[in-house]
Amino acid sequence: MDSRVVGSTDVAASADNGTVDRRKFLNDMLAACCAGAPVILGVVRLPSAFAQEAGGAYDATEHVYGMGLDVNKCIGCARCVVACKTENDVPDEPHYFNTWIERYVLRGVDEVEVDSPNGGIDGFPPIRGEAEIRRTFFVPKLCNHCANPPCVQVCPVGATFITEDGVVLVDEEYCIGCRYCIQACPYGARYMKPDEHVAGKCTFCYHRLVKGKVPACVEVCPTEARVFGELEGRATPLARFMRFNDLQVLKPHLNTKPKAYYANMDYEVS
Amino acid sequence: MPQQVPRLAAVFLIAVAGLIIARRVLIPESFGDRGHYRALAVDSIAAREVKYAGHQECTLCHSDVAQVRAAGNHQGVSCEVCHGPAASHVSAPMDVKPEISRDRDLCVLCHAFSPSRPTGFPQIDSVTHNPRLPCMGCHLAHAPEPPVPPQGCNACHGQIATQKSVSHHQSLDCVTCHVAPEEHRMNPRSVRPSKPSERSFCGACHAGGALGGIPQVDLRSHGQPYVCWQCHYPHFPEAR
Repeated sequence: MDSRVVGSTDVAASADNGTVDRRKFLNDMLAACCAGAPVILGVVRLPSAFAQEAGGAYDATEHVYGMGLDVNKCIGCARCVVACKTENDVPDEPHYFNTWIERYVLRGVDEVEVDSPNGGIDGFPPIRGEAEIRRTFFVPKLCNHCANPPCVQVCPVGATFITEDGVVLVDEEYCIGCRYCIQACPYGARYMKPDEHVAGKCTFCYHRLVKGKVPACVEVCPTEARVFGELEGRATPLARFMRFNDLQVLKPHLNTKPKAYYANMDYEVS
Repeated sequence: MPQQVPRLAAVFLIAVAGLIIARRVLIPESFGDRGHYRALAVDSIAAREVKYAGHQECTLCHSDVAQVRAAGNHQGVSCEVCHGPAASHVSAPMDVKPEISRDRDLCVLCHAFSPSRPTGFPQIDSVTHNPRLPCMGCHLAHAPEPPVPPQGCNACHGQIATQKSVSHHQSLDCVTCHVAPEEHRMNPRSVRPSKPSERSFCGACHAGGALGGIPQVDLRSHGQPYVCWQCHYPHFPEAR
């Protein structure tokens, strides 16, 4: 067939007599290559019949988790710190904490003292000069599980990531121990695990969430200063907590969009 | 066809094949399934061992205790706060028993006085608050009573009561030594309670060969002509 003759009648004719127009063949092949390239390059993966949902009935896309912390209720007993270390096999030595308790002592107009000896596990030493204290209180700290996490942005290998349910996790098998994320976290919520040499952090007790349990620190908090639940979709204790409290997040100016919401917190806390 | 086209095509094909192979080798399994991370990592984190069972699990068997707790002031305090992680006990109830602390040190983790604790949270000074007595002797751990508001003499003389409670005179009631007329409650400054006016009052215990361990003196030679409390502070007699 003469390739210079182009027209719908030719295409129809070629289909009829079982031959293919060269131009049409080339066009079709180009289109097929363009469409198939992402699949070939592994950018897009076709849904596999063998792919299985993680954790059986648990569907991560149905959840968005957050935590509420009421500074007015925290008594600084550090049972959360102990429970967290037990539940998550965090090294016992000081300086390795997924969650910890800070004691704030405010004096005068602008003097702020913060201490957290061993995360508060062994209690807090007496405060010097009790007579001059303006205010003093405890603040529980942990990973804020930011919706816009700086630690995830800086990870060069994709070993720290934010899951579909909004929890920031570390892939310990894939982490190369470069400590970028530890530097990037504005809340000091990450540390280098001494034995594995990978980054460690709070997981919101992800292994408990998939089983329908609350994080260990929330479970053991005796004054219900910690409240856990869903941020979207369904009514949980967190919804009530957020409805009835004036909330703050830590370092909002950094635009990290934390999901740890603090109630009754003084502006000095950061 | 020009000679360079098949050569370039070959080079291009090898580069594409190399890219595909490199991606297969370098990118771990499941990477990118749900985002820029290994989806299998989520599964392995989700499979970690649970150690705190949660109070709902405890309630399944210990509903009687749970009922008492739910009605008392410790209703928000989970079982495992005091009893420790109990997931192993839940999976093998007979073999593993959670620790039960009856130690005074456990309660003061929360209830020792600290100025940083929120106002209204029940706190004690563990040094002066019935020292050496186990908390559970007076308070039910599962449903502790609210702190009794100071009554009687303690309402006004709390500091004396605190001091006396750590002294050797801890077991003596105020009325053992003082007679407080009813009118003292209305006009505390004009109507005063009595103090022992006789040396023999203290001597009943301290100069009569009373029970062992009580310091004894000879009233005729000791500290004349003063009444005992002019030198000794009866609410804390150990004080110098």
